[in-house]
Amino acid sequence: MANPNKAKAEKGLMRWVDDRFPATQMIQDHLTKYYAPKNFNFFYIFGVLALLVLVNQILTGVWLTMSYNPSGEGAFASVEYIMRDVEWGWLIRYLHSTGASAFFVVIYLHMFRALLYGSYKAPRELVWIFGMAIYLLLMAEAFMGYLLPWGQMSYWGAQVIISLFATIPFVGPDLAQWIRGDFLISGITLNRFFALHVVALPIVILALVVLHIIALHEVGSNNPDGIDIKEKKDESGKPLDGIPFHPYYTVKDLVGIAIFLFVFAAVVFYFPEGGGYFLERPNFEPANPMVTPDHIAPVWYFTPFYAILRAITFDIGPLQAEFLGVVFMGGAIAVLFVLPWLDRSPVRSMRYKGWMSKSMLIIFALSFVILGILGAIPATPIRTAVAQLCTVLYFAFFLLMPFYTRMENTKPVPERVTG
Amino acid sequence: MKKQLFALLFALVPLTAMAAPLPEQPFSMTPDINDEASLQRGMQLYVNYCMGCHSLEHQRFSRAATDLGMPQDLVEENLIFSSALAFNDQMRIAMEGDDGESWFGVAPPDLTLFNRIKGPDYIYSYLLGFYRDASQPLGVNNIVLEASAMPNVLEPLQGVQEMVCAESDRPIEGAELDPLSGKYQSCEVLQVTQPGKLEPDEFEEAVYDLTNFLVYVGEPSKLKAQALGPKVLIFIFIFGVIAYLLKREYWRDVH
Repeated sequence: MANPNKAKAEKGLMRWVDDRFPATQMIQDHLTKYYAPKNFNFFYIFGVLALLVLVNQILTGVWLTMSYNPSGEGAFASVEYIMRDVEWGWLIRYLHSTGASAFFVVIYLHMFRALLYGSYKAPRELVWIFGMAIYLLLMAEAFMGYLLPWGQMSYWGAQVIISLFATIPFVGPDLAQWIRGDFLISGITLNRFFALHVVALPIVILALVVLHIIALHEVGSNNPDGIDIKEKKDESGKPLDGIPFHPYYTVKDLVGIAIFLFVFAAVVFYFPEGGGYFLERPNFEPANPMVTPDHIAPVWYFTPFYAILRAITFDIGPLQAEFLGVVFMGGAIAVLFVLPWLDRSPVRSMRYKGWMSKSMLIIFALSFVILGILGAIPATPIRTAVAQLCTVLYFAFFLLMPFYTRMENTKPVPERVTG
Repeated sequence: MKKQLFALLFALVPLTAMAAPLPEQPFSMTPDINDEASLQRGMQLYVNYCMGCHSLEHQRFSRAATDLGMPQDLVEENLIFSSALAFNDQMRIAMEGDDGESWFGVAPPDLTLFNRIKGPDYIYSYLLGFYRDASQPLGVNNIVLEASAMPNVLEPLQGVQEMVCAESDRPIEGAELDPLSGKYQSCEVLQVTQPGKLEPDEFEEAVYDLTNFLVYVGEPSKLKAQALGPKVLIFIFIFGVIAYLLKREYWRDVH
């Protein structure tokens, strides 16, 4: 069974461990002899930052559960109890609530990096799909977590999202009731969301993060030039353009982590509400099923998809607009999963793609941001029209990709990374 | 290309960082939760005039005493009126929810987090915005909350305020500025017609203190955050400098 070629320490305790567990081998595979391209830029920090925020969410989350009361009667007051009476509770809670928004900031930039340099293309399709699965579960995790403070926006935001399931023909209303566990959102819903948020989803997310990293380390990291560094190796078999992840990228990432933490801490200490976007004002009022807030907006990281949902205002044949909105919203996320097979370009990086790919990426990024803004503010006829246009552009980026990536002229890709 | 994309991305950041707009209010105030004297006066006004009906059910007397620099015996003597409440208790009220509803039509809300829902300008304007209106059940109306169910409990301090046709220095919605006098001519000017215990500017100051106290109550941890924040940021900054020097040293041999 045991591979005799495994790296082992010469002697001592480490040798004892290595004879029983591949510790040295794993450290080499994933850190000291994992060769990463030497030309990583700013965009390559966000994977590490996502991991950092994940650890922050788990640690602060564990401490929050020690004082949180997952019941309809006690949830809201227990959050204020944490904010006031628990030692350092305010800091733990703000680290967690700010961490949720920070998670999406870094994940969106991480995904944008993949779009920019073609990191989803062969042979990294599984890296991308695992990553997308993490993103999808992260949205579920964030959505369920947002119910837990049991404020007005928690309640009514969940009400809106769960009622989306009710629009599905035939099974919808029963499905929504099954999710809620009640005829309307109640303490029962809160309890099950708590269980899923705290136990089930984090376990699956952690497992997927491990898969994401194993898949990445199997094929090696992409780089801003989108070229394969493993094709050019020296006599000892090391990639000429690769450097060991540790110590080079561990020390470089420390700098990025410091910059990130500086901004993050500034928000935690001075703007924990994020201007009403991280913690929404109506959420300081306890959930009240009898009073609907004037304007229900999801948290900022969901607003692009919420805008797509609201942009579908017309029926098609027997299909109701509400259901179609759900289909388009789901489609906007689902289409990302097949991205590796939509891109037919011979090159990976945007640096060597043609003007059509470049323009489409800019249009896509802009429409995503505009949708995000529109999803946060009340709809008007003009805004709905803009949202419809942006929805078309959003989907055009993906659905036209097989054509424009094949049609355009690409630039020659260099042999070695360009720094 | 890359730089342009960056510029684009970061040009958009302020858009999302913009504060979710609160509706503009007739009067505005800038809270200062480090002004202990103001917060102490605000708390004194609160327990005397507001706490008959409005609880602060998440705020403890003891926490306020610590944060606002008040000794326990002074607080117990002057700020805790109910024998049912102890120094470490939350600032609860004796009134039952049903009583409030049958007397006023709505139960007076708990105000612990009111500032975080409505913002300081709302509270400040609301408290300054009562005026006599015989058509209302309690004889008063409010410019911020039309047909508010709350009586003007601060009237003994403020005096009787009425809405009259007059000139005003303050901008008034719908009123035009007279370019000669620099004043606004309107029939919605609030004017004190019978003086109360306080002069108008003294009363504004009292309302400022009361609002300031509610701002503090909404988030007492803000005082702690302000104290700790700079230390944490300086630590991270120094860590960042050292990390950068370390990175530069290691990367010397990467070409």
